[in-house]
Order: sequence, then structure tokens, then C-alpha cells
Amino acid sequence: MSRIRTRAPLWLLLPATVVLGGLFLYPMYQLGLLSVLDFTQAQVSGGQPTRFVGAENYTRLFSDSRFWEVLTATVLFAAACVLATLAVGAGLAVLLTRVSRIPRLLLSVAAMAAWAVPAVSGSTTWMFLFDTDLGYVNQLFGIEGFNWMYDRYTAFGLVGAVVVWASFPFVMVTLYAGIEAIPQSVLEAASLDGASTWRTFWQIMVPILRPVLAIVVIQSIIWDFKVFTQIYIMTRGGGLAGQNLTLNVYAYQQAFASSEYGRGAAIGVVMMLILLAVTLVYLRALRRSGEQL
Amino acid sequence: MRLRIAAAAALALTMTMTACVPSTSAPESTPADGGPTTGALKVWLFDEPNRAPKEAVIQEAITEFTAAHPDTTVDVQYIAVETRGERFKGAFNDPASAPDVVEFGNTDLPEYATAGGLADLGPTVSGWAEAADLTADAKASATFQGALLGMPWFVGVRALYYRTDVFTELGLKPPATIAELTTAARTVRAKKPDMFGIAVGGKYTYGAMPFVWANGGELTEIDSPAAKAGLKTYTDLIAEDNCPPQNCADLTGGKTVELFASGKAAMGVIGNFNRAAVDAGAAKGKYAVVPLPGVTAGSVAPAFAGGNNLGIMKNAQRPALAADFLTLLAGKKYQAKMYDAMGNLPTLKSASDEVAAKDTFVKPFIDTINAGTKFVPLDPGWGKIDASAVLPTMIEKVATGKASIDEATGEAAKQIDEALSQ
Repeated sequence: MSRIRTRAPLWLLLPATVVLGGLFLYPMYQLGLLSVLDFTQAQVSGGQPTRFVGAENYTRLFSDSRFWEVLTATVLFAAACVLATLAVGAGLAVLLTRVSRIPRLLLSVAAMAAWAVPAVSGSTTWMFLFDTDLGYVNQLFGIEGFNWMYDRYTAFGLVGAVVVWASFPFVMVTLYAGIEAIPQSVLEAASLDGASTWRTFWQIMVPILRPVLAIVVIQSIIWDFKVFTQIYIMTRGGGLAGQNLTLNVYAYQQAFASSEYGRGAAIGVVMMLILLAVTLVYLRALRRSGEQL
Repeated sequence: MRLRIAAAAALALTMTMTACVPSTSAPESTPADGGPTTGALKVWLFDEPNRAPKEAVIQEAITEFTAAHPDTTVDVQYIAVETRGERFKGAFNDPASAPDVVEFGNTDLPEYATAGGLADLGPTVSGWAEAADLTADAKASATFQGALLGMPWFVGVRALYYRTDVFTELGLKPPATIAELTTAARTVRAKKPDMFGIAVGGKYTYGAMPFVWANGGELTEIDSPAAKAGLKTYTDLIAEDNCPPQNCADLTGGKTVELFASGKAAMGVIGNFNRAAVDAGAAKGKYAVVPLPGVTAGSVAPAFAGGNNLGIMKNAQRPALAADFLTLLAGKKYQAKMYDAMGNLPTLKSASDEVAAKDTFVKPFIDTINAGTKFVPLDPGWGKIDASAVLPTMIEKVATGKASIDEATGEAAKQIDEALSQ
């Protein structure tokens, strides 16, 4: 009887292990395996046998100066997008708690609509708006002939705006729910103590919202680091002379479109490790500041 | 009991895992020759924006084929061009669901060939009278490492479209050399500032390459002096005095067609297959076509011969029937019919002569083909060069002043060499 009882937890963990193993560990194992093989279309279709190449995919990747340029651009672009998304999302979430019912409804509906638009349609619509000759925006400002995609930074700025536009609603809704859950008594106590709105936000609301913020931040980092559709569509696959490539588009271009799956897997592993590291560091920082997640 | 189930589950899990590990075994052998001569022949053709005329011609061919081959049916699937890569890879990986006869882009050939997916058409074609009529350039474009893996079905080439009304108004003659072309382009831009002289695009590889080839350059030696001279002529056109970088540096081939069709550009390097698009725009009835001129008067800049091949899959279940259907479709009769239906230029000399005699619009294109066409290197590495946008990046770097011709071509040559040597 006692033997069975000690095994019971293991048993209960089995379904989760199977699901996680099948959906998470196994693909990761495959990705890792592919990244050390010479694996192209010829190997997929059995035209040539697979060859173990060790770290060759990685050494080739790391010795490619282009990879480092793209990686830097991706990190900076993702960081800017995350900050902008959080600022816009948090600002509008606070706004939602302050306005009356009708404006709140309108704002929510507008944000939900932006959220619901598929990335492909959203990017294409923005492209129409910012078209060089016929775009509404250029006509409005009287700058017909201005190509937003010509300069590296205006191109990144425009794509970043679309990324933020599509991802702030999640932040806004989550934080709004979090703010609504803050007990009124705490806020009231703060205002009785004479705290300004700014101070209430930073010293009362933000600490209480910390767990919610953690989720929102990690989600945003992962989303924005992996951005593909917006870049691929709006800059036509990486911009003028590849100036707007991000890691995911680069991986697609260098590896998957050319059927070099081994190399693509290596880029995938690098991206995964970076995201894992960022997430761990962030979680660790949260713990250190005394919050248990 | 419980433990046993757990062990079984764990075992099943490891078994599926080993089963999915990339195979390290040698390739499978090819299926037996001939195959059944009855039953359903599976055919994959490309879907087109306006497919009805193509479908009608194919239906006619099927009727003729099934009348000559009793107890057979032809099952045609029109596959989307954008996802053809995935479909073909799938067919190579799973022989049971593979078609017998396939249409494929001629630039895709090396990739499919290295994947071991296509059957050698040598035996089929050698016993076929009409094959002798195939132009040498077309045959070379489908020959990979000595084996004919595709039967060129049709080609498409680009030539110089120009606006007759603008040229008459400004007293310009259709250019006979590249130098005349660039002068004419700059004259148009100077006299009509809201127009571009010639629409050129940074992403328009097939529009830029004829300039390189006309100077004697080659794709595999893009950093040679000849190639650089040709490239410079092209990138110099992406400038304020013809087609400003802000507007033109990131243009694709499709966009240059739009510019010409909408009347914004006085010239364009445009394909015979774009005729409908041009006629749908403001340029309709106000343009003529000449072969894109070369460096010396009377010469023609070699055009890129794009087009589609018909092939037989290596794991086709009915290779004999497939060969009969392929030779029927690729024969003179159906090539001519496909021209009437879709405007596809025939690859058989007899068929193209017939078409040229019937329709004067085709003449400059046929002349371009007869002057000799070029093709991308038949190497699986080319797919990688194409996918990683090596040539557009090179052109755009020069056009936007991010790199000099020497730097950009040097970098591109390195990437091309690396991809082709693998």
C-alpha cells in the first residue's frame, strides 16, 4: 500500500510528461539534432544519406558577419518594440480605468479590432496607407514620392509601429484587468496620504501588478524577438539590400527557402537560447526583488 | 499492471522518436520501368491567375490521349505556384502520393534533380521525332549533369517595350545600342520630369542581368570587369536623371511592369507574358516592342529564358503512359495551342516559326530567342543564391550608394562562389 502511495505522484505527472515531452521536448531534441547534421532537401527526400557535421553549422553561422549585424538589429528592434508596446498598453490601460463607459467601450473595441486583424492583412493595409505615391498618409502630409522603406530607420520605425499596433491590445487588456483587481481601499489610502497620481502608479499599482507585468513583458519579448510577418511583407523580405532583416526572416531566407534545414535549425537553437536566457534573467530579477511568481 | 502500461507507453514513445529521426540510410532504388498501361495517370500543372484557356487546351489533349490509350484516365491537379516547393518536396518524400507527369519552373530543376526526384527523359525523347526541333538553348536549360530531366514546354523572354507617342513627340528613335537606350531614357526624364525614362528596379534581377550579359559578363563571375561594366550601366539608371532611388531602388519586376503600363515610364524591360497587364493600363495601343539592344548596333542583349518544363517523376507509377502524355503535350500541336490560349512562347522551332508568322507582336521576342538566350547556373546552389537575394542586394547596395560597384560585386561573387561550390 505504502509503495503505491509513494509512486502515485509520478503516476499523476505522467500525462503532463507525455504532453510536454511530445509537444516540447521532442521537437527541441529534433531541432538540436538537425542543427548538427548536414540536412538539405536531398536528405529529406532520401536522395543522399544524412551526414553528421558536428558544430559546422554553428561555426559557419558565428563566422558570418551578417549574422551578427542581423542579431544586433533584431535585439534593438525587439527591445524598442517591447518598450513601446508596454508604454502604449500601460498608458491606455490606465486611461481605460479613468474614462466613462462609452469611450471605454469604443477604445476596447478599436483595440480588439487591431488585435484581431491577421498580421498579413494588417501589414498590407499599413503598406497601402504609407504607399510612396498613392498612400493616404503621404497625400495627407503632402509628401508624395517619399518612400518610407528607403531609409533603414524610417522602415524599422514603420514596421515597429505595426508590431506595436498589433500587440498593445494584449498588454492593455491584461493590465486593465490587473488594475481593476487592485483593492480600492489601497488606492484610497494612498490618496489620503497625499500621493500624486504618478506616485500612486509607480509605488502602488506597479508593485501589485508585478506578476501580471512579468507575463506581459515575457510574452512581448518573445513575440517581438520572433517577428516575421510584418518585416517579411512590409519590407518585401528584408528591405533594401537587406537592411531590415531580423533573425527570423534571415533564418527563413538563408535556411528554409534554400532548403538548408541544418543551418536553419542552428539559427533556431541560437534564438531559443537567447529567449531562454532573457526569460531566466528576468524571472531571476523578479525573485530577487522579493516577488514569488 | 499499471507499471506495465507505463513501461509500454514509454517504449512506444521512444519507438516513435527513433522512427522520426532523420534517416541515414542510402537512397531508395528507382521503381521498375514501364508500369501499368491502364488506370489513372496523375498530372500536376501550375495554376494560373486566368486558368480557363489553359484548362480547355489540356482537356482537349486529355480527350485525344484517352482515345488513343483505352482504359486510362488523366487526373490533372492544378497546384499553386507559390507553394509548389512544398508540394514537390512532399511528392519526393512520399512516393505513394507522387504524380506521374509534372510541370515545373526551369529554374527549379537543379533543386529537384539533386533531390533525386526527376526521371531521365533521354530514352523518352530520343525515340520522339519532334525532339530534334527543340532549340539548343532550351535543351541546355533542362539538362543537368548530362541528363535531360525536363522537356521545355514554353519559354518567356523580356524585350524592350517603349512608348511610341513619347518617342515621336521627343523625336527619339527606338534605341539600337545600350548607350542609345540610356541617352533616350535621360532625355525623356529631362523633357518630361514626371515620367521615368526606363523603369528599372533594384529587385528586378532578370531586368538587370541582360545588361551584364550584353557586356560579356557572367553570373558566376559577377566581379569581372565586363560584368561590372554592365552592372554599372544598370545601376547608373537608378538615379535622379532617370528613375530616382527613392522610387526605384526596391522595385520588383512586377512593379516595373506596372509603371510602364500606367504610363509613368517611357520604357521597360518587360516580358512577352506581361502583354495583357500592359494592355490593361494607360499604355495600351501606345507602345511597340524591340529586342533589348546590346553594346554594338544590331546586337541583342541576351535575355533570360524563363519558362516551364514538363517532367516525369522518378517514382511515377506509370512511366510509360507518362512519357506518351508528355510528348503529346510538349509536341508542336499543343505548344501552338498553348500559345493561342496563354501566350506561352513555344520551345520547338517549328511551332515558334508558325506563331511568329501569325502574330507580329511576338516577332521581337522570337528574335531575342534566336539571338541566343542565357540561363541561371544549373546548380542546386542557385536556389540558395536566389532565396538569399544575393543579386538584388548587390544592385540595391550600389543604387543606394551603400557600397561601390567593386565592394558590392566582390561580396556577391564571394556568396555565389560559396553557394555553387557546395
